[in-house]
Amino acid sequence: MNDISLKDALKVVGTRPVRPDGVDKVVGRAQFGGDATMPGMIFGATVRSPHAHARIKKINTAKAEALKGVKAVITAADMPEIVSEEAFVGEGPMNFRDLSNNLMARDKVLYDGHVVAAVAASSMSIAKAAAELVEVEYEVLPHVIDEIEAMADSAPVLHSDVFTAGVDPKPTKPSNVAKRVEFAKGDLAAGFAAADKIIERTYKTAPVHQAYIEPHACIAAFNADGQCTVICSSQGQFMVRAYCAKLLGIDISDIRVVPAEIGGGFGGKTLVYLEPLALALSRKAGRPVRMVMDRVDVFRGTGPTSGGTVKVKLGAKKDGTITAADAEIILQAGAYPGSPMGPAAMCCWAMYDIPNARAVGVDVVSNRPKVAAYRAPGAPISTFGTESAVDEMARELGLDPIEMRLKNAAKNGTKALYGPTFQNIGYVETLEAAKAHPNLQAKLGPNQGRGVATGFWFNIGGESSASLAVNEDGTLVLVSGSPDIGGSRASMAMMAAEILGIEVEHIRPIVGDTASVGFTFLTGGSRVTFATGMAVCEATNEVVKQLRGRAAKIWEIDVEAVEWRDGSAYPAGDNAGKFEPLSLADIAAKAARTGGPITAKGAVNAQGAGPGFGTHVVDVEVDPETGHVTVLRYTAVQDVGRAIHPSYVEGQIQGGTVQGIGWALNEEYIYTKDGRLDNASFLDYRVPVASDLPAIDAVLVEVPNPRHPFGAKGVGEVPIVPPMAAVANAICAATGVRMTSLPMSPPKLKAAMDAAGK
Amino acid sequence: MYSPTYAAPTTVDEAVGLLANASGSARVLSGGTDLIIQMRSGRLRPQTIVDIKNIAGTIGIREEADGWHVGAATPGAEIGENAGLCAAWPGVTEAVQLIGSTQVQGRASFAGNLCNASPAGDSVPGLVAAGAKAVIAGKNGKRTIPVEQVPVSPGRTSLAADEFIYEFIIPKSSGKTADAYLRFIPRTEMDIAVVGCGVCVTLDNNGVCTAAKVSLGAVAPTVLVVDAAAKALIGNKLDDATLAKLDAAAQAACNPISDKRGTIEFRTKVAGVLARRTAAIAFSRAAAR
Amino acid sequence: MAKTHVTCTINGEETEFLCDSNQTVLDVLRDDLGLTGSKEGCGSGDCGACSITVDGRLTCSCLMLGPEAEGKSIGTIEGVATGDHLHPVQSQFLKHAALQCGFCTPGLIVATKALLEKHPNPTDEEARYWLAGNLCRCTGYDKILAAVHAAPAEMRGESA
Repeated sequence: MNDISLKDALKVVGTRPVRPDGVDKVVGRAQFGGDATMPGMIFGATVRSPHAHARIKKINTAKAEALKGVKAVITAADMPEIVSEEAFVGEGPMNFRDLSNNLMARDKVLYDGHVVAAVAASSMSIAKAAAELVEVEYEVLPHVIDEIEAMADSAPVLHSDVFTAGVDPKPTKPSNVAKRVEFAKGDLAAGFAAADKIIERTYKTAPVHQAYIEPHACIAAFNADGQCTVICSSQGQFMVRAYCAKLLGIDISDIRVVPAEIGGGFGGKTLVYLEPLALALSRKAGRPVRMVMDRVDVFRGTGPTSGGTVKVKLGAKKDGTITAADAEIILQAGAYPGSPMGPAAMCCWAMYDIPNARAVGVDVVSNRPKVAAYRAPGAPISTFGTESAVDEMARELGLDPIEMRLKNAAKNGTKALYGPTFQNIGYVETLEAAKAHPNLQAKLGPNQGRGVATGFWFNIGGESSASLAVNEDGTLVLVSGSPDIGGSRASMAMMAAEILGIEVEHIRPIVGDTASVGFTFLTGGSRVTFATGMAVCEATNEVVKQLRGRAAKIWEIDVEAVEWRDGSAYPAGDNAGKFEPLSLADIAAKAARTGGPITAKGAVNAQGAGPGFGTHVVDVEVDPETGHVTVLRYTAVQDVGRAIHPSYVEGQIQGGTVQGIGWALNEEYIYTKDGRLDNASFLDYRVPVASDLPAIDAVLVEVPNPRHPFGAKGVGEVPIVPPMAAVANAICAATGVRMTSLPMSPPKLKAAMDAAGK
Repeated sequence: MYSPTYAAPTTVDEAVGLLANASGSARVLSGGTDLIIQMRSGRLRPQTIVDIKNIAGTIGIREEADGWHVGAATPGAEIGENAGLCAAWPGVTEAVQLIGSTQVQGRASFAGNLCNASPAGDSVPGLVAAGAKAVIAGKNGKRTIPVEQVPVSPGRTSLAADEFIYEFIIPKSSGKTADAYLRFIPRTEMDIAVVGCGVCVTLDNNGVCTAAKVSLGAVAPTVLVVDAAAKALIGNKLDDATLAKLDAAAQAACNPISDKRGTIEFRTKVAGVLARRTAAIAFSRAAAR
Repeated sequence: MAKTHVTCTINGEETEFLCDSNQTVLDVLRDDLGLTGSKEGCGSGDCGACSITVDGRLTCSCLMLGPEAEGKSIGTIEGVATGDHLHPVQSQFLKHAALQCGFCTPGLIVATKALLEKHPNPTDEEARYWLAGNLCRCTGYDKILAAVHAAPAEMRGESA
């Protein structure tokens, strides 16, 4: 293991090479989910519910089947009925029955856009025409969209078998409240009694979509012998394999999932939507089936993250010491239980060392698409509330927002509300770096304001596999099981190159399919550079050991007398004997005579992912007459442990920040009164465009994680946590108006300013 | 299965014939930036698509004695490259260039924007304020009407089934006359106007307004010509009292809906704000002439 | 309905294809001509992933019907590099890490090349507004702008 404190000794890690998959992507040759073809391929399309809540009385597929060119039509009747069973496959616990019903509604449709049937035909236009010919008879039921309304006794109940879990006594009536979780420490009442000032607020956030630019896409072939191949864009080929096997009743060994390039995921591609349908269509049609969603289907049918209600109560002494903190986070799960209310509760106070604290999470179903993970699932929602409240407290007490946070900051040894005791964390370092940044000293003009907010995400480890093979000429092939969503092939190759002491260009990193590399948990939780990186380092260290062994054999000396540096074997000191160094190419050329191919595998269940913290500073200007907010300047400071490829680390921070700015200002799901999604397009679901934004200054703070060979911590998720509160705090500084509801779109901000007489 | 007929006539008569004799519904294709999306979503399924871009005069800009002749299907990007027209009518030309992205500008046209008949079309208030006319070709020849007479309700125009817009005539601006267009959107680009406002004013040598036309978009079923707002300007300099009257007149004219893009209250207030801001630009441009 | 026969030039090569009247140029490029570098992110002209040039003018291939291509000269991402020699916009995107997932990248490169051909030295504001129709959800646009501003020097032969 390398000494992570020796940053200066690193030759590859910390540099900025061109990514190995880059050229394919800039010339248009990279193969994404919708680009693959198979011989004899036909095209699939879905039939979706126009109702928010309805019983399916009858589905007549005869007219669709009669259309020339139609090869198969399927409904839930063509899918195995799955019993209720909880399992951990994607980025959280999942009930397979719910997932099956979400893919294809069986008895009831639970949201506008819920799939009820699918067709496959010889052309996309025939498939679409056939989908329109599928006749579905519905009995429309009352629906509920808002999570607070869904909790009311009078609300229509979505599931007759969902009883609130985590409450005592066990309820006897079914409810839309699926679960309650609580994390607590200390004595809240005593903490609030000791406070000089108490702030109590309710915050609302809107559901937002990951809005990856590539819609879901796959091609699937179900062969006559039962062997299946799926090529698709996802955050985990093994996740897709597991879901397809379970939902269709196929052995895992009969499914091979080949990862296509993935056009963005942000958590939204940790579930399956199309792959099992394409396989079921392929089984019925006897032909490979390609399915590609259009943008409308992506918005209506795939998971956004939850919207929610966050109730915060915060108490502090006059000097800013927080004495008690309480938060209740009520999150929309969508149509089936499973909102990220757990992580939302766990993250919301994690930046602080608070003696008396509580965080409660509540999971509520309503007639919306089932939520999916979105970058630090849950944390941005709860943290919008808590970091807005901390800012308001600092303002009330006349304290600088960074000083207020420094006073209460979590440090090494702080026991987090959710359990663990922090070690090697860099929260204070991010606050200090923000304090020293020129952004904080910049002058502000009229109608301008500055906001500060911070955020936390756990980061995870987990199971990863990698293999490394030395080619005949001394170059190498590195295979890992992690889909590369933002440059991980580059960082994997860089870590291997660092250990081998060679140039990174001599390693070709690829993402293996499920039949060519060991099990690897999906790309999520900011785990790839950490966990898969550890598997890569393990494989590389083993290759180095073998290379030393081969050199020892050639020199006829003991392996312990061979050392490896700068890409070559050297005798370790004068006692080992006098030999010319043997390069990787020299040893590779002699591989056949010294024992055969040189290959190694790395397989880890990585533990000890370093938690991530960030501090954001934003300057905004508010148009007092329209409520339009312009982001003038943005500084995002984050502890990244060690940046393997700093450009892509900065890119994660910049991208996450901008998603947060969109969440803060304009992104939301808008429903009509009859429960239909009213803005299922990029025209009216307003993600930030280039002209909306200033440069985003990503500042890397490096407090290395000793559990990783190079000190890496996950970086992808933290940056989306602080922006919503940071922007709200800046708006408050600019206008004096405290916004407690997202998005802070012009009509809402203007109305709030008018109401406040500002 | 939906499969329309595509035709690309090269003469006006041929186009009129195709429209007049089409079996089922027919649609004129200019830039297609609305039509193709509506066909794809299933909202519109014309049986015949008549692409007018191969007809001489439908693309291009000519300065003639009676004004600027702008071919109906001339894309926004090409309009923006015409220095003469942009100098004469900065409001009109900036407005059309606000439609969509750079890519959309490669296709989107005045005619498409107008005939899509959305109350929020960006180029429409600008054309209306400038006094532009649409030259409409049909089986009885050509007729010329003010632009504001084309849309009759959301999605509907006054054109007969055999008619299409061949070109626009924007008057020559003379003396101290100038226009401006502003819209309000939540982002900085890529949005549909929540409110749009076109203002054209003529000033005397003392900066007093002698003629004005004010037009509002997205605050009523069709583009509005707000005479009361023009009256608030005429006879006055651009002082606070005038601006207040203009703001009030613009707000009073609004009859908007609340939808996913804005509330009635917000649209009404912003209409007043935009009227003031747009008028200020138009006044300053006119004064500089 | 009979298909329409279309003859046009794609990336400098004369090309013929048959298409339905309601197929878009994007459909034709991807499904019939194997040019899958142009991507469909929205199908409604809002994301720019399908950007092409038509007679030199930037447009969305999802907003143009196949038959409209008759006689036109079309440029796609596949025609931006010359053989194995990357266009400066492409090499600067790589150098500045201006892509993460890479799905929006073809459209951004086509759009950036069109920008720099019209405005050889755009201001940051000009570049950001020109590219406002190219959505990127990964990068926050920061590094894309860095690449855009670095490309002109390489286009003038001032850097490798």
